[in-house]
Amino acid sequence: MAGDAATSEQIASIRAGLGLDRPIVVQFGIWLAKVLSGDLGQSYYFRIGVATLIGQRLEPTFALSTLTILIAVVVSIPLGVVAAWRFGGWFDRALMGFSVLGFSVPVFVLAYLLIWLVSLQLGWLPVQGYMRIADGFWPFLRHLILPSVTLSVIYIALIARVTRASVLEALGEDYIRTARAKGLPELRVLVRHALANAAVPIATVIGIGIAILIGGVVVTESVYAIPGLGRLTVDAVLARDFPTIQGVILFFSFVYVAINLLIDLSYAFLDPRIRY
Amino acid sequence: MRIGGFFLLLLVVVALAAPWLGTVDPTLFDAASRDLKPGASGEIMTLEGDMLKHTFLMGSDSFGRDIYSRVLYGTRVSLMVGLSSALVALSFGIVLGLSAGYIRWLDGLLMRVMDGIMAIPAILIAIAVVALWRASLPTVIVAIAIPEIPRVTRLVRSLVLSIREEPYVEAAVALGTRAPKIMFGHILPNCIAPLLVQGTYICAFAILLEAILSFLGVGLPPDVPTWGNIMAEGRVQFVAYPHNVFFPGVFLAVTVLAVNILGDGLRDTLDPKMAKRV
Repeated sequence: MAGDAATSEQIASIRAGLGLDRPIVVQFGIWLAKVLSGDLGQSYYFRIGVATLIGQRLEPTFALSTLTILIAVVVSIPLGVVAAWRFGGWFDRALMGFSVLGFSVPVFVLAYLLIWLVSLQLGWLPVQGYMRIADGFWPFLRHLILPSVTLSVIYIALIARVTRASVLEALGEDYIRTARAKGLPELRVLVRHALANAAVPIATVIGIGIAILIGGVVVTESVYAIPGLGRLTVDAVLARDFPTIQGVILFFSFVYVAINLLIDLSYAFLDPRIRY
Repeated sequence: MRIGGFFLLLLVVVALAAPWLGTVDPTLFDAASRDLKPGASGEIMTLEGDMLKHTFLMGSDSFGRDIYSRVLYGTRVSLMVGLSSALVALSFGIVLGLSAGYIRWLDGLLMRVMDGIMAIPAILIAIAVVALWRASLPTVIVAIAIPEIPRVTRLVRSLVLSIREEPYVEAAVALGTRAPKIMFGHILPNCIAPLLVQGTYICAFAILLEAILSFLGVGLPPDVPTWGNIMAEGRVQFVAYPHNVFFPGVFLAVTVLAVNILGDGLRDTLDPKMAKRV
């Protein structure tokens, strides 16, 4: 921070200015008090408040995560239900194979594979970059499709697997036989009777998956050059910008815990037997 | 499971025998052999200054280093990180989990700390730890192991809670056996099967995470040949030379797949009740 030619007085004054000359416990106390009042400190590198910095970078990350979760949920739940419905059949085995593959292919390998195929060979979508939603919805979406699809693969693998296991268990229940016996259409049996009763584990895994999603966001934003919070995390680490690192990690953890709390609360809605 | 195990065995052999598989020193570079396509022939200067005829099976990067050699030597790093991280996470997790499960007053305290760690996504903990200590092989291994410790701890604790009610543990207690002996001698051996399965999953995750850290530039120093570093170097010129990213990427994906298949196989063998379901 002081540069290579700093004198020991300059270093000492910067240390005193940052409060680094005080005992660790005192430093932590001050930091905690500030965080609780919404002050995440000043970024060493960007020279602005960390909270402001996070605010600036929030939009791309929020857009990417939302679209990813949307794609993942819309694709994976039907896949999981069909696999459970045709348990042991070719579709089921194909999905299980895909899910092991989805867990194993690293996000950035998949990202480059998709860039190479969709952007370079077919030329359908831009290679990388990000457009603000204020610059028009279609350019915004075009830049977001590839990153979201990349990121959603592992999430699809996870949710489809749990949906399948959970629906499979519900399909073995007596009420499914009853529903079929009274002549309900198969789709209604699957959705209203099997899936509805399998909803709690599915909701749980969507919440747990947020952790994977956050990890994926860090990587995906780097590959696709999206100026979001994930990119900020990496830049902050490379610049050894500790207040920003602390702030971003605290923010991500808070989001993770908050989403899981919401999911816990949603159980009461998904399963009326659960009350708080 | 056999396929996974066989492929891993093959990788171990490749990692150990890397110097004899037609590779050159992975750190050698030659400005005259930059950005070669896979299969191209060229020359590379050795440390002694001799020119060595060499076929670049997977091409070369923008420094003129041989990708094939770097990928093969990268296997060593990946396998080592995977195995060591799993061992570190398991050792700490076993001790903490046994303590939490068997010593009742420790349970609440330990598990709340573990819950706290689990609230932070794994990749962020790893990035933060590496940022704090500067990256080297041991710090990367520890950084990857730390977020896995709570998961192992929870697993061991839940196993201990059911095993401690078994008659043979009661018998040991009645005979006046000391707590450490009961924990490590009577309870731990009965936790081995699930721990083995968990260990393989940690191993797969660690290989993946190491590659991600290196790829982002916060992992091992760029001169160490790791799959992540090769890809990080190659990404700049990805449009013109995709092979720099693809070869290490394929190795990485197939390795993680093999470890995961091995883990699934072990789980199905050791716990047949689970096999059909998930």
